[in-house]
Amino acid sequence: MDIPLEHILLLSAVLFSIGVLAVISKRHAVVVLMGIELIFNAANLNLVAFSRHDPALLQGQLFSLFVIVVAAAEAAVALAIVLRVYQYFKTANLSEVATQEE
Amino acid sequence: MLFYLFAILAILSAAYMVLTRNLLYAGFSLLITLLSIAGIYVLLFADFIAVTQLMVYVGGVLVLILFGIMLSSRVHDKSVLSESVNKVWGTLVAGLILVGLSYTILKANISALPWLQTSEMDVLGDQKSTVQSIGIKLMTDVVVPFELASLLLLIALMGAAYIATDKPKV
Repeated sequence: MDIPLEHILLLSAVLFSIGVLAVISKRHAVVVLMGIELIFNAANLNLVAFSRHDPALLQGQLFSLFVIVVAAAEAAVALAIVLRVYQYFKTANLSEVATQEE
Repeated sequence: MLFYLFAILAILSAAYMVLTRNLLYAGFSLLITLLSIAGIYVLLFADFIAVTQLMVYVGGVLVLILFGIMLSSRVHDKSVLSESVNKVWGTLVAGLILVGLSYTILKANISALPWLQTSEMDVLGDQKSTVQSIGIKLMTDVVVPFELASLLLLIALMGAAYIATDKPKV
């Protein structure tokens, strides 16, 4: 079974643009974070797809491992910040937070 | 083929994540997307990455996101919704990015690249899985990034715990 490389790249492009759409058009901070996770996954898919043609070195898979680690750390810190903002402003709505004062 | 099943599942649930207004449905459809991406990793002979995806993303990050949804929404007086803004511009920008990327991918003729032509598709070779070679590489070639990643995780954990705790009013 041989999956063409172009199809994986196209799937990754679709997931990336859906993630960009979520980041641009959503107002809740957690959904924006979910869009960012989707973008990370699209990047990882490309790395793993190219790593399949690189059998001995596995550099793409190693890089995607580090991407997963950084994404996990980012998610933890970002959600802590979201909770802090929610406690402070009583809302996690980004466009309301942007207009509120002190 | 199994790959196209997983691909369609991932795209549909990701699209539902963007389109739905219910935050919890968005979280659970992101779960389906991450699970199908893990299935695609298995099909691409990346078994260790697939297991890591399951454990870190599905087990860890998604639980964090669900906690974030639960803790940052007033469940009692208002339902858990996420409104959309910039619908037209967002769709336009995302669609343009998609068209540009697809055009580039289709025009680039990636399968004809020289190093892809000469490379072996037999990834696993004579070994059973990629776990052993990834472990050896982590401890030899990329040992400094590996240690830096552990340091980053420690710092992120402490920082997140410090940010999220209630500080006493002075």
